[in-house]
Amino acid sequence: MASIEIRNLRKTFGKVVAVNEVSLSMTDGEFVALLGPSGCGKTTTLRMISGLEMPDSGSIHINGKDVTSLPPRSRDVAMVFQDYALYPHMTILDNIGYPLKVRGAPHNELKEQVTSVANNLQIGGLLARRPGQLSGGQQQRVAVARAVVHHAQVFLFDEPLSNLDAKLRLEARAFLKHLQREVGITAVYVTHDQAEAMALADKIVVMKDGSIMQAGTPLEIYRHPVNTFVASFIGNPPMNLLPCEINGGSIYVQTGDSPQAMSAAGLRLPAALAKGSQFTLGVRPEHIRVLTEPAADSIKGTLYVTQTLGGEALVIVRVGEQLITIRLFEDEAPPLPNEVYLSFDADHLFFFGPDGQVLR
Amino acid sequence: MQKAILSRELSLLFLAPALVFIALFLLYPFFSIIQMSFTNQTLVGANAINPQNVGFQNYVELFNTKDWMRQGEMGHSLWLTVQFVIGSALIGQAMLGLGIATAFNNRKGLLREIVFTLAIAAWIIPDVVVAFAWFAYLDPEGTLNMMLQAIGIQPLDWLFDYPMFSIILFNTWRGTAFSMLLFSSALASIPPSYMETADVIGASPWQKFRDILLPLLRRYIATDLILITLWTFNTFTPFLLTGGGPINRTNVISIYTYSVGLRFFEFGKASAIAVVVMLINLVLASIYLFVSRNQQGKTA
Repeated sequence: MASIEIRNLRKTFGKVVAVNEVSLSMTDGEFVALLGPSGCGKTTTLRMISGLEMPDSGSIHINGKDVTSLPPRSRDVAMVFQDYALYPHMTILDNIGYPLKVRGAPHNELKEQVTSVANNLQIGGLLARRPGQLSGGQQQRVAVARAVVHHAQVFLFDEPLSNLDAKLRLEARAFLKHLQREVGITAVYVTHDQAEAMALADKIVVMKDGSIMQAGTPLEIYRHPVNTFVASFIGNPPMNLLPCEINGGSIYVQTGDSPQAMSAAGLRLPAALAKGSQFTLGVRPEHIRVLTEPAADSIKGTLYVTQTLGGEALVIVRVGEQLITIRLFEDEAPPLPNEVYLSFDADHLFFFGPDGQVLR
Repeated sequence: MQKAILSRELSLLFLAPALVFIALFLLYPFFSIIQMSFTNQTLVGANAINPQNVGFQNYVELFNTKDWMRQGEMGHSLWLTVQFVIGSALIGQAMLGLGIATAFNNRKGLLREIVFTLAIAAWIIPDVVVAFAWFAYLDPEGTLNMMLQAIGIQPLDWLFDYPMFSIILFNTWRGTAFSMLLFSSALASIPPSYMETADVIGASPWQKFRDILLPLLRRYIATDLILITLWTFNTFTPFLLTGGGPINRTNVISIYTYSVGLRFFEFGKASAIAVVVMLINLVLASIYLFVSRNQQGKTA
């Protein structure tokens, strides 16, 4: 187990800045998810922690020791790759035991340790097989087992679940979370799936274009996104973002040719929101009510489609040019007229300035 | 089954020119060589007009145990060929090719481009051009000796004093590109994460090579070794450098066949050698087909 301290990490490939001045600290036993769309620099950051890439500038400390210029083998990290990187010519026993073999462990000791770890991960019966004979979920466990056998201080995961189908992914997610709690590992986990990050991580680091947008606990990031990017990236379905203007006591929602006014009375407007200014209003799908009659704080829309998901239902309403998603925690979407009115929960509104940053 | 586009008759018509050429230039010589190997035909003299059927006499002469290993005889020539194949194909081309391919695996850059371009250039330049270039290079007053003199080493007459070494060096240089390209594309098919996992685990370069690369390359290595053995066995280019000499010291089997047939004009005996060479090739080719079919079965 270990703490990790990253300072001003920077990496360029040719003219492309992959990682730009990233600083990050992780405490012992913490499970940190690097979350972002493809090309945001999350995998490059992970590879620099592992030592597979060398940063242009900045430093990495593991347990207080500067490892910035050390090769991977001297960093005491274990890594699980997206394709698992199991050796097709070796049995599962040899695959899991390879870190021990490299260190020159005697064969009976190797077998003992591998068997114990494999039994723990419920793959004890597969040791004589080869990777090609295993399902995706089993291969994933073998890759994790190899990392566990390694007894590394830090676990690095590079999108380990993205090759699994949806059902297996949920299973593997629970398995990894359980493993992490049981073994108490410090882990850095790269993913583009916000649900995975929310479910697994103690801390989420949202990245975009090589920079950290926001770092915090899953709830912090869900409740207090610092900008429209984080707001729309976290949560499923994503947050609705509406261009608005405030004027007098009303907010004008500008989603189409003719702005719709709704009363601003009862809203806790941020101090930074000046009268007469443009802003973006953010509201999550679960914080909108669908009305059949207009109210002072409602806007009008036309029903686009409803989706029944079982346990919850989505109502999608067209307001001007924009589609707004509403999430209802009911088994089935209620029958709705073509013309509906949307009312936003005043306690759960977000206000973002023209630059996309949250207004306080 | 897909339905044939052409009728049977029309297909035969299209195939006919190729079949005629194959019959004329491949099948006829093949059978006529076999037939000739049982005669005492020569270029001039009585036996040229009226060759006698001598049965297995040519073969008996070839495998005559008394003179078998004497310079300029069949056994000696085969022994030289074995040295030549092991030296230039198995050790030279395959090892050097594997070495270059491994060294530049997953790397880009100018150095890789230069090395690959030079190796491929050496491979595709016509034989005669290459032979003259090497003649100039290895000459007592040639480029190599001038370079050696510059660092204080006495000049040597390479083609005279070290003829076998010279043609091994030459053929290694000439043919490494094939092995290099084959291994290079084999290596490129190995996912980078295999080696990166080994890096993180802490495997040494030798452990990575022995435990991961070598087992994954095994079937490519088998293919490469058999093919280059076959080609090196049959190559005639060393003749342009040494002519088989001095005193038969580079008289490899292809040159031996040539000199018996077209220097001493003993067509019958030369045909017998050619038949033996064909049989050896047949064995090598069968091994190749067997190995490659076995691999297809394994990968499928």
